[in-house]
Amino acid sequence: MNEKLKNNDLTEFVNQKYKYGFSTNIESDKIQKGLNEEIIYLITKKKNEPELLLKFRLRAYKKWKKMKHPEWSDLQFPEINFQDIVYYSAPKQEKQLKSLDEANPELLKTFEKLGIPLTEQKRLANVAVDAVFDSTSIGTTYKQELSSLKIIFTSISEAAWEYPELIKTHLGRAVPIGDNYYSTLNSAVFTDGSFCYVPKNTICPFELSTYFRINEPKSGQFERTLIITKENSYLSYLEGCTAPQYDDNQLHAAVVELITYDNAEIKYSTVQNWFIGDDYSMGGVMNFVTKRGLCLGHNSKISWTQVETGSGITWKYPSCFLVGSESQGEFYSVAFTREYQQTDTGSKMLHVGKNSRSRIISKGICAGKSKNIYRGSVKVTRKAQGARNYSQCDSLLIGNSAISNTIPYISVRNPITKIEHEASVGSVAEDQIFYCLQRGIPHEEALTMLISGFCQEVFNKLPLEFSVEADYLLRLKLEGTIG
Amino acid sequence: MNTNIPILEIENLKASVGSTEVLKNLNLKINKGEIHAIMGPNGSGKSTFSKIIAGHPNYKINKGEIFFKGKSILELEPDERARLGIFLAFQYPIELPGVTNDSFFEFIHRSHKDNSVNLSCGDNWIDMLNFVFQTAQILELPINDDFGERCVNEGFSGGEKKRNEILQMLALDSELSILDEIDSGLDIDGLKIVSKVINNFMNENKAIILITHYQRLLDYVKPTYVHILQDGKIIKTGNLELVKEIELKGYDWLKESF
Repeated sequence: MNEKLKNNDLTEFVNQKYKYGFSTNIESDKIQKGLNEEIIYLITKKKNEPELLLKFRLRAYKKWKKMKHPEWSDLQFPEINFQDIVYYSAPKQEKQLKSLDEANPELLKTFEKLGIPLTEQKRLANVAVDAVFDSTSIGTTYKQELSSLKIIFTSISEAAWEYPELIKTHLGRAVPIGDNYYSTLNSAVFTDGSFCYVPKNTICPFELSTYFRINEPKSGQFERTLIITKENSYLSYLEGCTAPQYDDNQLHAAVVELITYDNAEIKYSTVQNWFIGDDYSMGGVMNFVTKRGLCLGHNSKISWTQVETGSGITWKYPSCFLVGSESQGEFYSVAFTREYQQTDTGSKMLHVGKNSRSRIISKGICAGKSKNIYRGSVKVTRKAQGARNYSQCDSLLIGNSAISNTIPYISVRNPITKIEHEASVGSVAEDQIFYCLQRGIPHEEALTMLISGFCQEVFNKLPLEFSVEADYLLRLKLEGTIG
Repeated sequence: MNTNIPILEIENLKASVGSTEVLKNLNLKINKGEIHAIMGPNGSGKSTFSKIIAGHPNYKINKGEIFFKGKSILELEPDERARLGIFLAFQYPIELPGVTNDSFFEFIHRSHKDNSVNLSCGDNWIDMLNFVFQTAQILELPINDDFGERCVNEGFSGGEKKRNEILQMLALDSELSILDEIDSGLDIDGLKIVSKVINNFMNENKAIILITHYQRLLDYVKPTYVHILQDGKIIKTGNLELVKEIELKGYDWLKESF
């Protein structure tokens, strides 16, 4: 009789090919492979950076040389030869761009294929886009609107020239040089990224957004993002990623630093859709990211929301250091893995401020032969009286070959604290599928609906456009050829 | 087309789950315009019977046939059977966390439309939702403005879940509706409302199977025939008189006489 409800058939159902697997034919300005002090001087020169950044990089490089590659994760990937990576690559431009109209049409076409709302007519979408193509920002929209509010939204290297004081006091504050192996590597060789500063008493009226794209084979990309909201300010920031299909591993070690002052808030949302590797080898993007928010001020708030569907290997823990009293940290995550993807992700909440609160909601969907690990840490220090945390980790397994683990670390050094942790693991219940089938909904549709329902709590936290996009992305990933 | 073809015809049906035989030579014929009640002691196979008609994958058909409007449905998937016009109101309606009623009905509507099945409640799913909203009010479902935003059956009381099943029955307007213990979990007012809705819903082109333990439901919805299911087969068929006898004597006397 009907065998379709059997889980192992679902394996093929989720194996859909990567949709954005094309590469753009643009000549690149590259430097030779490898990493040493000369390369760092060269990067600084190519990017025409001030001394301030050069010093930062050199300090980081010295530390990194002494560090060892971390071994505590059980992710499996071949050893990375850091001397076999190109640390700088920029699309060749004949001259400095004044507006997007002057940008290489090939480049714009690529963005179009990805559905990025960068062109003039798409401005109406109410999103300001600082597009990062490989390593250099090629265009920034909404600049004027932002400048009237005195909101700074520019590339890090530009900011280092224009606002050296801000960079000096904030770069490396949330993620210090030497924090971990990959963040230190990033500090030494970071290519470009966004800098955003919202002054006191300012609500940024639209979402700011950066789209990342890795385009060069073997060009490691090291983004650096720094966002600051001063007293009583608010910013919502979107990060979306797609990458073309390549067989070689692509290393990505980004650093994102968020800093909020009194009564200020940052909402940082990510939708990630990178190439996950082909069926039998690990050809996908290796994504080792350090994301940390520093809630410095009283009643400050940082909220991370992420939807992960890409990457061959993902290793990241968006964290909040809750220093201010009454400060709040949030982490909402959907991680969807299939085929041979490996994900070790979660969140870290460090409570230092009195009555600080944090909340972790993690949803893992695990198909194929993939491995999906939630690793979370909640620490309450002696000072953090009245701290509260709620963590909930749910995993959904599809098929018999997927692996899901939940590893929570909880450390409490204060008696006046409330910590809750809930975890569940299961598969899409057969009775739920049968119920949907009985209402005339075909098997594939039913699964899509149920899985998207499983993620709804997190999707609801995304800004509206992103929420729709995330749901669509998930459905796209789930669409298969099951007859 | 021959209008005398029964809506449902079951011939010598034998089915098993694992190594246990659950239906043993079951025969049943249901014509348009008929309401059939199926009664029987616990574990006699009533719910199993309804799931087998709906095509639940856990059951294996060993022998026999199920014809829906003259065509065998044994090879059809559960969703295909549903779109043909077989509806099952679950004894224990399933909760779908995160799936809102709005999106559930949207999926239901799209699935039918994609397969060229017209739903009587409207060409687009907004019509369907309007219909659902109006109907829900009659059913005294908690249909505040947030009904569409609430998740299917999640946080619903037992009675609300049963009303929601009836709501879906009306929206789908199937030719054959099987109601598995629709009366359990309903209080007397709920039972009256649901019975009234079922009676209004029923017409000469449809058929209904009521699976129940009690006479109470049958006082409100009058069955054409009453069948007693025991040990995987129908051991007696009669009318309301049979129900009264069972209320009085239980099922054991039937066993002996059989």
